[in-house]
Amino acid sequence: MSLIEIRRIVTLTEEIMRETGPAPGHVLKRAAVLAVLTNPYAGRYEADILPMMEALKAPGLEMAKRCIAALGGDAKAVAGYGKGAIVGEGGELEHGALWHVPGGYAMRGLLGDAKAIVPSTKKVGGPGARLDVPITHINASYVRSHFDAMEVGVPGHPRADELVFVLVMTTGARIHERVGGLKPSEISVWDGQR
Amino acid sequence: MKASIRKITVQVEETRVEMGEVVSPPTRCAVACAVIANPFAGRYAEDLTDLTEIGVELGDLLTRRCLEALGIRPEQAESFGKAAIVGDGGEREHAAAILHPRMGAPVRAALIRGPALIPSAKKMGGIGTAIDVPLGHKDAAFVRSHFDAVEARVSDAPRSGEIVVAIAITDSGRPLARLGGLQKHEIKGEDGLR
Repeated sequence: MSLIEIRRIVTLTEEIMRETGPAPGHVLKRAAVLAVLTNPYAGRYEADILPMMEALKAPGLEMAKRCIAALGGDAKAVAGYGKGAIVGEGGELEHGALWHVPGGYAMRGLLGDAKAIVPSTKKVGGPGARLDVPITHINASYVRSHFDAMEVGVPGHPRADELVFVLVMTTGARIHERVGGLKPSEISVWDGQR
Repeated sequence: MKASIRKITVQVEETRVEMGEVVSPPTRCAVACAVIANPFAGRYAEDLTDLTEIGVELGDLLTRRCLEALGIRPEQAESFGKAAIVGDGGEREHAAAILHPRMGAPVRAALIRGPALIPSAKKMGGIGTAIDVPLGHKDAAFVRSHFDAVEARVSDAPRSGEIVVAIAITDSGRPLARLGGLQKHEIKGEDGLR
């Protein structure tokens, strides 16, 4: 059987107009794309799971494109990103780690060779499990204004033999970011950190 | 101490078997949470320095609690992460003020070293809200076997005027990690990345 069987794709968008305090004067957008896949390794221990990592490259790219589209379609508008995985109970935490390479490289490529490591979380969970996906600036992990996270999940999934893979993108800093630190305009080393 | 701490919780996860395979030695992860009063609950404050100073105190305190719970020396720690849940009387930026400006230095001091970015997550939440604390290797962010997360939750917090602050420390990577990438014995440990 094929290693990739997508059962469901969910796109979530948030538009944040206000926080506490004065009106910010702009809208912060955050989008997540979640794919529910059959876990070909559920229910048994499989030593070599690397073939699926390779097979995930195409769906990863498709999900990254959907995420950019959900934010309005302009890759240049994307300022922050993150990724994550929820493994159904028939699987193993390590199956979630299959997402690091295909999920990360798909986003970095589409966003103009973004420099920063893509932050991530993963867990084993039941149907409806929620995941907090960390977010950082796409070119410099230490940009303080863009540290954030988005809570995501798919009602009813993952079932025991499923995996949920997640990509998240945002259009900017937290509303009323005011705790200083490195600003996007000060990125100078271009090592992915500063 | 500047922080008004209502309670501290410490949890240790020890994974011995995964998918029927024995994990040897078991992987271990500690999460320490402090429930603190939010000095800015219910109002908009421009200057969040008080929270930043609380972040310094908690960085030291919670890291030490994790090391104690694991029963390890600082140099035996391998990965770390941090997170905050802000009760509904506060603001997302309050989490940022604790986590980002100055918390890293005392965490790294308690671990003796740790040049990598400390991965983080934040959210608003009611009583019993859980947060996924992202984990990464403390000496090199690209070590693939140590990308992980652990869920933190305090059953009776955060109340509206409280913040839950969590730090997670491990002495190991994922159980049965087998996806290649940078290995921990290959760490150069100079730039925080590799």
